Amino acid sequence: MRRALATSAVLLALTGGARAVSDPGEMLPNPVQERRAEALGEQLRCLVCQNESVEQSDADLAKDLRRIIRQRVAAGDTDSQVVGWMVARYGDFIRLNPPFKPMTAVLWGAPVIAVAIGAGAALLARRRPNAPPAPLSEAERQRLAELLER
Amino acid sequence: MDTLIRRRLLLLAPLAVAAGAGGAATALLVRMQEGRYDPHALPSMLVGKKVPAFDLPGQPPSAGFSAADITAQGQPGLVNFFASWCVPCAQEAPALAALQRGGVRIWGIAYKDAPEATTRFLDRYGDPYVRVARDAAGTVGIDFGLYGVPESFLVDPTGVVRWRWTGGLSADLVRQDLLPRLRSLS
Repeated sequence: MRRALATSAVLLALTGGARAVSDPGEMLPNPVQERRAEALGEQLRCLVCQNESVEQSDADLAKDLRRIIRQRVAAGDTDSQVVGWMVARYGDFIRLNPPFKPMTAVLWGAPVIAVAIGAGAALLARRRPNAPPAPLSEAERQRLAELLER
Repeated sequence: MDTLIRRRLLLLAPLAVAAGAGGAATALLVRMQEGRYDPHALPSMLVGKKVPAFDLPGQPPSAGFSAADITAQGQPGLVNFFASWCVPCAQEAPALAALQRGGVRIWGIAYKDAPEATTRFLDRYGDPYVRVARDAAGTVGIDFGLYGVPESFLVDPTGVVRWRWTGGLSADLVRQDLLPRLRSLS
């Protein structure tokens, strides 16, 4: 058991940490700044691949954005300044973790909305016992008799 | 009798919903086929804002240009990012040539391209541009929020971006989206 856990931990470390920064020349000499830059790149979406982070992607644009992140971090920008710089050019879409605002309310509210619809449907189904069908009216009785005779 | 009709109508309701959805999907596909809708396109942050400041060197023999040059003559302009290595850039060449013949001022920016490759591209597919500048590092592209080539930005005479299109321009797109906007600006 313990061995299996250890193996999976190693595997996770190997796959989860996969980064596209293959060129050590891209990295900042200051390890604290480099870690910050990596964390920032993990939060930003690569606009070309759209489901990879800037840090993971091999796209040319992602490489450029990684370089810009590192330039700005080295120049002393705060994390929110770096993210703000990106959002000013590419919009909230570049954030893998979009902020909560009117535009994204439906996105963030989707789980609540889904649960509400489900709960409402369940309540309705429970509250309304199948009413016995209304007895046939005189006209319907006649029509039924006609149909049966045919 | 009354309930019978109502039930029949209720049966028709899902059909009507399906027909509506089918119609909407068809309209979407037609727009995609005409090159007027791109499901992967992202909204531009630049629309409604001033063109970002830049000053790029030229692709010889053309001189370079800056953001101010685009509107210096008080006319709207179309900024077109392109590259010789990009297939849709070659495909949109006829649409750009038609725009140029119609008197639209198109400003070309060669994005991350080798000068000789750009020259060969312009020789082969035509040069519809007022001027061609070089964004060798791609940094001006990033200031425009560029995430691929080609991308085109319609700039009004006051220097405000009014429209952006990612991907190649088609004849349908030009006729139905771009020309009405250009007419409303001039």
